[in-house]
Amino acid sequence: MRVKVISRSTDDFTRERSQDLQKVFRNYDPALRTQEKAVEYTRALNAAKLEKIFAKPFIGAMDGHIDAISCMAKNPNYLKAIFSGSMDGDIRLWDIAARKTVCQFPGHQGAVRGLATSTDGDLLVSCGVDCTVRMWKVPMLKMVDTNDAIGDASQPSAIYTWKHAFWGVDHQWDGNLFATVGAQVDVWDQNRSEPVSSFEWGKDTVLSVRFNPGEPDVLITSASDRSITLYDLRMSSPARKLIMKTRCNSICWNPREPMNFTAANEDTNCYSFDARKLDEARVVHKGHVSAVMDIDYSPTGREFVTGSYDRTIRIFQYNGDHSREIYHTKRMQRVFCVKYTYDGTYLVSGSDDTNLRLWKSKASEQLGVLLPRERRKQEYLDAVKERYKHLPEVKRIVRHRHLPKPIYKAANLRRTIIEAENRKEERRRAHRAPGSMPEQPFRKRRIIKEIE
Amino acid sequence: MPTERGYLEPEGLEKTYRFQQDSIVQEVDILSSRKAFDMILPLLGPYTIGYTKNGRYMLVGGRKGHLAMMDMLNMELIKEFQVRETVRDVAFLHNEQLFAVAQKKYAYIYDRDGKEIHCIKEHGKSLKLQFLEKHFLLASINSFGQLHYQDISTGEMVANIRTGLGRTDVMRVNPYNAVIGLGHAGGKVTMWKPTCVKPLVTMLCHHGPVTAIAFDRSGHLMATAGVDRKIKLWDLRKYEVINSYAARAESLDFSQKGLLACSNGSQLEIFRDTGGQDYKIYMKHRMVKGYQVGTVLFRPYEDILGIGHSMGLSSILVPGSGEPNFDTFVENPIETSKQRREKEVQSLLSKLQPETIMLNPNMIATVRPSRKKEKKTKKEIEDEVEDVVEAAKNTEMKKKTKGRSKASKRAKKREEEVLKAKRQLMEQYKESDGRPEKKQRVSDEVELPKALQRFAKSRQ
Repeated sequence: MRVKVISRSTDDFTRERSQDLQKVFRNYDPALRTQEKAVEYTRALNAAKLEKIFAKPFIGAMDGHIDAISCMAKNPNYLKAIFSGSMDGDIRLWDIAARKTVCQFPGHQGAVRGLATSTDGDLLVSCGVDCTVRMWKVPMLKMVDTNDAIGDASQPSAIYTWKHAFWGVDHQWDGNLFATVGAQVDVWDQNRSEPVSSFEWGKDTVLSVRFNPGEPDVLITSASDRSITLYDLRMSSPARKLIMKTRCNSICWNPREPMNFTAANEDTNCYSFDARKLDEARVVHKGHVSAVMDIDYSPTGREFVTGSYDRTIRIFQYNGDHSREIYHTKRMQRVFCVKYTYDGTYLVSGSDDTNLRLWKSKASEQLGVLLPRERRKQEYLDAVKERYKHLPEVKRIVRHRHLPKPIYKAANLRRTIIEAENRKEERRRAHRAPGSMPEQPFRKRRIIKEIE
Repeated sequence: MPTERGYLEPEGLEKTYRFQQDSIVQEVDILSSRKAFDMILPLLGPYTIGYTKNGRYMLVGGRKGHLAMMDMLNMELIKEFQVRETVRDVAFLHNEQLFAVAQKKYAYIYDRDGKEIHCIKEHGKSLKLQFLEKHFLLASINSFGQLHYQDISTGEMVANIRTGLGRTDVMRVNPYNAVIGLGHAGGKVTMWKPTCVKPLVTMLCHHGPVTAIAFDRSGHLMATAGVDRKIKLWDLRKYEVINSYAARAESLDFSQKGLLACSNGSQLEIFRDTGGQDYKIYMKHRMVKGYQVGTVLFRPYEDILGIGHSMGLSSILVPGSGEPNFDTFVENPIETSKQRREKEVQSLLSKLQPETIMLNPNMIATVRPSRKKEKKTKKEIEDEVEDVVEAAKNTEMKKKTKGRSKASKRAKKREEEVLKAKRQLMEQYKESDGRPEKKQRVSDEVELPKALQRFAKSRQ
């Protein structure tokens, strides 16, 4: 007969030296692991709870301004830096890591309405209600040296005065042009003291402007006549105009899909459009209870952050109709501008209470360098939460967010009002001849018309 | 490194069941030959055994109170002590640090050093103990036929189920879905979970009392043995007999690789699956006449069968019964103390709730199957009512002559028809507000048969 019995010699299974790691043997047979789904579900539940325990998104506030912050600018070359302009004309350059002012740029005699940096990082353009556009050289050495708490003030490299107050500025990607908006849209060259070209469509104030990151000649503006206008610099007249029912406060292009943009509207929603097809919004992002003041996309293009008049910041997925996250603090008043940092990890919000606040984009993320083991564990927990997030217990925990009472009540009120309106709509439709009252899709509802 | 499964191959006309243990022990290597032993402990009664999940430690309990724990890797005795009481069953908890003993009146939990940690009075006179390691539940069946589930990590008694089927000491946990199977004196086998007062499944297995029950690791097979001299193999998906053997068994056990061991008196038979759930005899072992085998248990991750009998313990080699390749993160037969502590913490963190025990453990996170009778939505009910009302309105009214067909009368008649039709429908769809329906009082004299009519309560 031939016989063989399992015999394991301990030499094969023990480590050779005490400095070695213990040997690990795997057998992936599912029969060895019973009730795996239940185990995974329990782990998902625990992971959801832990995520809530570790959710501490607020990092710190940057104090220094003495008036409300009206605009911010970031630069792709320097991750640590952010510029902020306030309502009293004070422009500061902040070091985000130290949360201190590196440099101040005094000069404006009124509110600074727009800040923009050129793509190579050397130039900062600011415009304000005092009808001036100022260009500043960004001090590169000062960026590295963070020991100086407040650097000495710089002189602007150029000051251009013009006929009307300015409401916004944006610099072209990879180009020398920048555009300012106020009574009309003016396109400037860095070296000229007069605008190279001007566009006007209608007599209303234009509020904000953005250049397209993919097409350097396309820009989009939003005006107080509730319109969004697309311009192409290669043509001599504006390209397209979309009129909505309420005004858009701010627009941002999706950096990964440059044909799409999202507009932050006064009617508390954000509308994502495809610039080629403006008759219907692609997604309507609902969530805020008061006007949305500013919007900025993450560099991944997969989510964006909005700051609103209702003192909260919300983070939305690029195609999500409800926010994934909401940040609020008792001390943070009306949020006027938000920015996503260029590494996608942090958000900066500038608000009415003269502070810039630094937040984490993923509230329970562990920052810093993670060990590979920690990273793998985190990835596993994320994956297992993703798999079971539709189950009621897990969903309840993952979805839960604490809202400040006024926001909660306002949201409930809005919901009641909207539901009442919907019910009335339905009844009107039911009592009419079928087909005489067509249903309008929600994505079209707030658009009045599109003009060529 | 992957190891090969053990085998016992006959040559020529030999049959595997003719091979005796001595010849097998002579053929294998020294390390393995040391693993087969006979320990004669004649004084302290029939012995029950228990192994930890990784097969490294063995716990031995003699009926007369002898308890001993051994490390089988180094073949050394860790602790041996006397409790001076009847010991009916022993079971390891999640690792070798704690074990539970079913003693004369209560169940006790002891430490590795023999210290008594807990005396659990709620279990009563428990006859059998089983530990559900993923849920940290200690299940016991006592002499009144009560099934207790206790959470060992928090100490709370999760369930106390009165089976209602009398005293039984045949209990096994199904490793696939953590369901407890009990065998009863009427030939029934019932399966239980802690959150349900009624058994999940009741099967009539034998014509007499069930003497032994065992579950296969894959969860599809159950072996039961009864006083009617039959060992039956059941398919647990269809609840049908696959195979039936004429044999007696006082205890049954499935190994990791699907071998079935049956003990009967002083004889042992081991069956092996030769494809298609056709179990044929693989090995036989005869002990000294007079030794009554009480428990057989396959040692995990080794080709060894542990036998507890009336005169002590034995361990025999059964090639091909154990799983040769272990997974360090599931069960590790060569654990260091650090690994053991880590594993304890990890398994406590992913401790399953007793509600997750179900017959089909893969049903978690699947879509709930729709109810057979779909409840009609409000809209559908409204539409139906409308249709019925329309139909009732359009019914042909008989034209009456001689001034009896006044317009008002016709209108009234039409309204009555509509109301009648509506009433019928509304009774069908009447929503109860959660309260149980009021029982009809026995008060209608017309309904009762004549003999009972004097018992009808007259309605005042």
